[in-house]
Amino acid sequence: MPAWIYEKTSSVQWLGFVGKVPSKKLAARFKVAIFLLCLIPLLRLLWLAFHDDLTANPIEFVERSTGYWALFMLLCTLSLSPIRLLTGRAWQLQYRRMLGLFMFFYACLHVMAYLWLDYAFNWTDIVKDIIKHPYVLVGASAFILTLPLAITSNNAMIRLLRERWKQLHRLVYVIAILGVVHFLWLVKKDLREPMLYATILALLLAVRIYYRISKRKA
Amino acid sequence: MIIQTKSDIVPSEITPKEVFDDRRKFLQQAGFGLLASATGLLSSPSFATSGNLPAQYKASRPLLKLPNFSKSKYGAGEKLTSFEDITTYNNYYEFGTGKDEPAVHSKLFKPVPWTVSIEGQVKKNKTISIEDILKLAPLEERIYRMRCVEGWSMVIPWIGFPLAQLIKWAEPNANAKYVEFISLADTQQMPGVNLPILDWPYIEGLRMDEAMNPLTIMAVGLYGEALPNQNGAPMRLVVPWKYGFKGAKAIVKIRFTDKIPMTTWMKAGPTEYGFYANVNPQVEHPRWTQSSEKRIGAGLFAGRIKTQMFNGYTEQVGQMYAGMDLRKNF
Repeated sequence: MPAWIYEKTSSVQWLGFVGKVPSKKLAARFKVAIFLLCLIPLLRLLWLAFHDDLTANPIEFVERSTGYWALFMLLCTLSLSPIRLLTGRAWQLQYRRMLGLFMFFYACLHVMAYLWLDYAFNWTDIVKDIIKHPYVLVGASAFILTLPLAITSNNAMIRLLRERWKQLHRLVYVIAILGVVHFLWLVKKDLREPMLYATILALLLAVRIYYRISKRKA
Repeated sequence: MIIQTKSDIVPSEITPKEVFDDRRKFLQQAGFGLLASATGLLSSPSFATSGNLPAQYKASRPLLKLPNFSKSKYGAGEKLTSFEDITTYNNYYEFGTGKDEPAVHSKLFKPVPWTVSIEGQVKKNKTISIEDILKLAPLEERIYRMRCVEGWSMVIPWIGFPLAQLIKWAEPNANAKYVEFISLADTQQMPGVNLPILDWPYIEGLRMDEAMNPLTIMAVGLYGEALPNQNGAPMRLVVPWKYGFKGAKAIVKIRFTDKIPMTTWMKAGPTEYGFYANVNPQVEHPRWTQSSEKRIGAGLFAGRIKTQMFNGYTEQVGQMYAGMDLRKNF
């Protein structure tokens, strides 16, 4: 083989993370990269808002967009463990907390858009909306359940709660199911997009259940 | 009053002669000679607002030339929703379920030549061309509020004529208690019809007295021009005191019946959409708040405005529902 092929190979050596555990330095760089990537949806919204380009119905656009990205981050968070189960690699788990907190961040923006932009903190109307419309109730429940997870997401809390921390954080599965139901329920007729999310969630949960059952058998 | 179009066109925007001639030949072949000149259409005021839109969102040029129309008293003092918002934020599932899809996917739709057939409980079945429909009654501009069941609203300067005039021409018999409006469902021109999202064709209906009410119009234009394809060209129903979905678009058939019609949305969600679908802030929808609405174009921080009973048209239509339980007949 000509020499330049070897040279090429060495210049893409950083791609080695695919096959093995990345060095601490590289892992830290990844973290920064993922952090910046996760900010793009927010920056996009600010850019569009600045250019008065949030469609004819800007309030609904902001509500939809932030809700969509909260769900997206949640599914990313939930995909890290199945990757470990399927490949045996565990180093990606170090990003789980950050992704989970980004889910919380976008969920907060989503709820703020609803309370402030849509309902201008008119609590009578908000309470009426939550009670009368099941999809809002489901979404509100999902958000309330994320609060204890966000509060206990630091190391001190993990040390303090130990086993109970693990149990508490299983709430994330409930939140994910509620989130997908929230989306499915609000769509009028064309269910293709929420069904895609429901399918991805089902697959992620199926991997866990499969490994849990096979572990029990063994 | 006649709307005059100013000609402040830059030379680069003028259609080259070859293209213009080609277009003319094409249109003549389509059997439609009455055409606005290309320059007149390009410089019309309604297109000025969509100047910085990406090309794909610009409304296709209307092929239909409307006769002169008069102004009417309706909608005085209302702030009009922009032409851009009215033509890029549409619920028209025949062209896709996204609000921005109809503007893009209806570009090649042909609203001429067009005929509407009249059938059911009538003296005799007949058909009428869109050109002849335009001669049935003088056109007028009606500025109406439009309230969508999804909780948003617009103010739209429609051009049309009272549906009652068309019904008079159709000559329904004594058994006609309801009118059914059937929209075009052409898989070739309407990509959304290939999806089993609704039971095509789109069907809507009115009780006879609702159809004869002077507020009910057949719209053939908006903002001084023929109706853009994404708004239901060449002719659509507008019933301003009902939720927007009652306004069937691209109507090809009008059928008079003695029984209450089964409409598309009643079939799709019987607990959510009723036959009457009157705007009513007291009757909640399982999905959306109906006591308030977002006005399109008001901006990110405008919040909501209160929804009015019968969308604010109680004076003109309230008496038709006297004694009816509007909670049951939603």
